[in-house]
Amino acid sequence: MRVALFITCYNDTLFPQTGIATVRLLERLGHTVEFPEDQTCCGQMHSNTGYGDEAIPLIRRFVKSFRDAEVIVSPSSSCVSNIRTAWLRTLADTGDETLKRDVAELVPRVFELSQFLVERLGIDDVGAYYPRRVTYHPTCNSLRALKVGEAPMRLLAKVRGLDLVELPDARECCGFGGTFAVKNEDTSVAMLSDKMRSVLGTRAEVCTALDSSCLMHIGGGLHRLRSGVRTVHLAEILASTEKDFMHGERR
Amino acid sequence: MASAAEPHTFPQLAKRAVADTQLRRNIGNATQTIRTKRAGVVAEVPDWEELREAGRSLKEHTLRNLDRYLVQLEEAVTKAGGQVHWARDGAEAKRIVTEIAKRHSAKEVIKVKSITTEEIKLNEALEAAGIRPFETDLAELIIQLGDDVSSHILVPAIHRNRAEIRELFMRKLGLAELSDRPSDLTAAARTYLREKFLTVPMAVSGANFGICDTGTICVVESEGNGRMCLTLPKVLVSVMGIEKLVPTWEDMEVFLQLLPRSSTGERMNPYNSLWTGVTPGDGPQEFHLVLLDNRRTDVLADRTGRQTLNCIRCSACLNVCPVYARTGGHAYHSEYQGPIGAILTPQLHGMDEAASLPFASTLCGACYEVCPVKINIPEVLVHLRTRAVARSGFNMEKLAMGAAIRMFDNPGLLETAQKIARVAQRPFVSDGYITGGVGPLRQWTRARDLPAIPAQSFRDWWRTRR
Repeated sequence: MRVALFITCYNDTLFPQTGIATVRLLERLGHTVEFPEDQTCCGQMHSNTGYGDEAIPLIRRFVKSFRDAEVIVSPSSSCVSNIRTAWLRTLADTGDETLKRDVAELVPRVFELSQFLVERLGIDDVGAYYPRRVTYHPTCNSLRALKVGEAPMRLLAKVRGLDLVELPDARECCGFGGTFAVKNEDTSVAMLSDKMRSVLGTRAEVCTALDSSCLMHIGGGLHRLRSGVRTVHLAEILASTEKDFMHGERR
Repeated sequence: MASAAEPHTFPQLAKRAVADTQLRRNIGNATQTIRTKRAGVVAEVPDWEELREAGRSLKEHTLRNLDRYLVQLEEAVTKAGGQVHWARDGAEAKRIVTEIAKRHSAKEVIKVKSITTEEIKLNEALEAAGIRPFETDLAELIIQLGDDVSSHILVPAIHRNRAEIRELFMRKLGLAELSDRPSDLTAAARTYLREKFLTVPMAVSGANFGICDTGTICVVESEGNGRMCLTLPKVLVSVMGIEKLVPTWEDMEVFLQLLPRSSTGERMNPYNSLWTGVTPGDGPQEFHLVLLDNRRTDVLADRTGRQTLNCIRCSACLNVCPVYARTGGHAYHSEYQGPIGAILTPQLHGMDEAASLPFASTLCGACYEVCPVKINIPEVLVHLRTRAVARSGFNMEKLAMGAAIRMFDNPGLLETAQKIARVAQRPFVSDGYITGGVGPLRQWTRARDLPAIPAQSFRDWWRTRR
């Protein structure tokens, strides 16, 4: 299948390894990955902070970049949920009926990576190898807005060498919330400490999720504590093979 | 409301709250207990999702036809011997209630829990007119005796533990000996209140529901103190927001299932008091219904905001909210706290009072998931954020957001910005992480490290492989 990759602005800038892993994984599964180069950002930060109207040019840009795509896949549950749940709401008061129609037509073709693999392609064994003790944090957007359900767990369960441990109070928000982490710094950090306590309690080496932004929050806290526990996007775990661990265990 | 000098924005008040370990433990334990109980009893109902949908559509239907239903209710109440008063705002409602009390020469009134009267600050108005209000709901009594303010719409004294309540009762009720056993604390309150029930001539209540076809008003509570207020005094005044209507008696079937399971995690509510007008020789001989607008019609006129009026005040959203669990209710600086408070307060009291509240959420969606009448609280939060941004003047955030859009709408500019940031971050980077900085970076890095921007973006990598 021809898969158009929406990398998202923060993966492009801060977590290129997540995008690279997504490409490697999809190509290993026999798909052709395309990267429309004029894509940038879905406007989530703007709409969630109260600047919905400002985000409209970004919606227009996205539609232009991905108009011809068969499916659009992104390794980010929050950006996909922004596209799926917020865009039409953002456009409600604009008179641009063409754009509204284009968005409505495009939205069903946009997939979060794990949902694409399990629900659209019907596979849960992607042939990955990852010999680590891993816990999975279901981010709020993947859990409630996208309802990814068991998809990530089914994928993780099939990864060879991986020891999957359940995260206590998994459904609790980590306290990121985009600009919330800065505007309500104290509350955000209080939520983060509880999430870190849960992660550390599992004695996992790696905490994974479907969203680099939540992982940036949890990982940033764990790094400050010098805990040694790392956050790794699910795409990177799924892209890993035995070859990656042959020379000096780099992950 | 606090004076301008006192901290009153959510971040300011929350800062104080999250540092209070006792408070965090009290709130955390209490919300966790109710949360678990609620989840258990909701899971027992096979058609819970259909019930939620029924609740939502009933509320929506009623609100769409509110003009007609209000008139129907007025007619039914009047026919049953009650008197209906219309109050455009809090000031009008307070004047109406105070005048009724004066006409009956009431020096004291007893009250059964009503957040609506807190919303309009009725107690202050009564006191100013020389009338002493006595709260009879146990938690409200604790708040009143302690000169405190409510921190939860259903459990107003949730921030207090038993030891604190024991100490307060001993001091305020003049008791020499008292244990902190809940039954002993309740008995002390009962002794204190009993005399009021038997002597005070007038009661003021809130209303959970107003049934339009029969003119019946309903108050739902757990202690029976409310039942005493609603039946013993000669005069009963109920203050009800105009959004509390349900069209018919049959519709109560839906709400009396949704409410107790969502609020206290009980299958059935202990005391459901319903009364219709007056009955000679039984119960209050004079009944007044004050129908309060207080900006509710403005909320109704707002397409996205109007779903807020579906709220049946169950508090499920507070108990499940991760923000509320850490900050407690006082951080919301309102009689309505938690997620529902974050959307209701700015709409009822105006953005001047509450511009920081729509931002007091990570938009995690747990509130929407549990809401028995399906209020999409995250959607309304975002809607109100837009309104808060629109009314704020020029500031750094607006400047930065505008710059970000120009950058994101131009891939070349985004790449240039990435390159500049890579250089600019250098003084702050150690071992691949940023651990300090200025502006928003400082707020982030106080407790969290931030990964530094790596040398190669995804875009760069994509180009190299072709």
